[in-house]
Amino acid sequence: MVGPLVALLLACLFFSLQTSRFLSGDNFALILQQVMVVGVLAIGQSLVILTAGIDLSCGMVMALGSVVMTTLATRSGVPPLVAIAGGVAVTGAIGLANGLLVTRVKLPPFIVTLGMMNIAFALTQLVSKSQTVTDLPPLLLWLGTSARIGRTPIAYGVLAMLALYVVAWWLLRNTAAGRHVYAVGNHREAARLSGINTERVLLAVYTLAGVCAGLAALLAVARTGVGDPQAGQTENLDTVTAVVLGGTSLFGGRGVIIGSLLGALIVGVFRNGLTLMGVSSVYQILITGVLVILAVATDQWSRRPA
Amino acid sequence: MRLFPPALRTAASRAPMIAPLLALLLAACAAPADQRPIIGLITKTETNPFFVKMREGAETAATKHGATLIAAAGRNDGDNAGQVTAIENLVAAGARTILISPSNAKAIVPAVAKARAAGVMVIAVDSPTDPVDAADALFATDNYRAGALIGAYARARLGNTPARIATLDLVPGHPVGAQRHNGFLQGFGLPTLDRTHNDLAQPPEVVCMADSMGDQAKGQTAMENCLQKNPDINVVYTVNEPTAAGAYNALRKAGKVQQALIVSVDGGCRGVDDVASGKLAATAQQYPLRMAELGVDAAMAFITGGTKATGYVDTGVSLIANTPVPGMESLDATAAATLCWGSR
Repeated sequence: MVGPLVALLLACLFFSLQTSRFLSGDNFALILQQVMVVGVLAIGQSLVILTAGIDLSCGMVMALGSVVMTTLATRSGVPPLVAIAGGVAVTGAIGLANGLLVTRVKLPPFIVTLGMMNIAFALTQLVSKSQTVTDLPPLLLWLGTSARIGRTPIAYGVLAMLALYVVAWWLLRNTAAGRHVYAVGNHREAARLSGINTERVLLAVYTLAGVCAGLAALLAVARTGVGDPQAGQTENLDTVTAVVLGGTSLFGGRGVIIGSLLGALIVGVFRNGLTLMGVSSVYQILITGVLVILAVATDQWSRRPA
Repeated sequence: MRLFPPALRTAASRAPMIAPLLALLLAACAAPADQRPIIGLITKTETNPFFVKMREGAETAATKHGATLIAAAGRNDGDNAGQVTAIENLVAAGARTILISPSNAKAIVPAVAKARAAGVMVIAVDSPTDPVDAADALFATDNYRAGALIGAYARARLGNTPARIATLDLVPGHPVGAQRHNGFLQGFGLPTLDRTHNDLAQPPEVVCMADSMGDQAKGQTAMENCLQKNPDINVVYTVNEPTAAGAYNALRKAGKVQQALIVSVDGGCRGVDDVASGKLAATAQQYPLRMAELGVDAAMAFITGGTKATGYVDTGVSLIANTPVPGMESLDATAAATLCWGSR
């Protein structure tokens, strides 16, 4: 986690020297707001990757969750809170389905979630009839509104994301269930032989990833003010990028979840800083690509016997 | 068995990754931004030649006026979240005017409203917001008229032969796709919907309707399926020229190039070349450069004089055809080639 933190701080230092508009509370609040959706999705992705799996469906599942909750709230006349719960229930159920396919049918996570990505996209189009859902009740937008901390407006969604990271970090570190996640990722068979119910761990992890997609859906709705059936197309790989930049190993079993937040922030800081400097966003993509390869290379080197 | 994550590695072991990163950044970046006024341009993608041309035009115009243009884009067509982020970052960068081609006409509206509330003038270029007055002004092609031009042309070329039309459209519910489609039918003299509708009209003469997403490969697939449905299609309306190229491939493979007339909208250099070679009967050319220049002019008027642009400005559209028909003004492919964009 120290590596990504240093990278993040250096990037901030660099942009602070380059443009006077970068270093301000308002701007950091903005960057946090811009990474909150990918940040929350990355919690689920981190859990899955810690078990040596991958979730390619999270972005599309998020889009499905967002059109389900917005459609329920506007066209079906359901109370907003129930609509939100409905959206999260749908994404959680899809996560559970991913988990069942991985554990019971024993299909590779890559294939299961690739299939689910397409299914979720199609369901999103069917539920929304490919139309953007607008005129949402205020409760669905509340996480996009801001509280003032000092003079800086911080979106409630950002606070929610930070709280989720603290909870996930604490659970992974301090509970038996959390350690089982690492154990399954390190060596599934060894974990099973030592008495861990690996299937239950995986089911829980994929279901939680689905729930994270539902929470991210609520954040995406609050942030953009609409239910967007075209959303979520790149978020699956964006979350993998955040997780890898955060130092979590794609081979499972190693990593600290807060790193994924740092990874998402690194991407967000580059996007924001380069725009403030007037540099084309192509360079942001270029730099993200270089960073991902460097981060994985670092992981590989550190695995070699000394 | 290791139950715990390994000890955290020291910062020193990862420090080497920082050096190349900073070197790359320094190489990529010029000096810190100066105090020139900033104009933002947000396109749908970085790579579509139409938007590349628009960006070049905006950069040239901004430089001429002593302003700085900051360009940003979504990562793919339809990436609303990326455009929202770009708006926020441009407002943070101090842009006084933002020109944007919205990927999602409705979904961009709340972000546009926030930027306008912060005192930024927002002009939609090429594509409208929904509702249109969510932005200060719209500088765009009249897509309904573009469709009507190629519709009238196809009707004239077809003469008295009964029409069996295939339409290869954009995506469901997209205003630009709907306006071109419904405008085409209007020009063709068929019952249609007016320009305010986002649905597609389908009179009986339209024997096949399919979505191409504006993509050549998907356009080809769509046309192949349409030919399965009705082998006697004699007019093909396509929403843009990549789709038209796909439709041509499908017709060529089926040996039906002679039987069908393809018409399209855009006026990119590849499309104009296809008109020259006869693959395309006609296209309606639009002018991204003019959109950019008018947009930058309006931005400067706002920055120096405080006057905001309002309403709709038609950036023009011309019929491009190598076989003119009586009573219709058209440019030939040679003339159109001087005004087109993109590589050949």
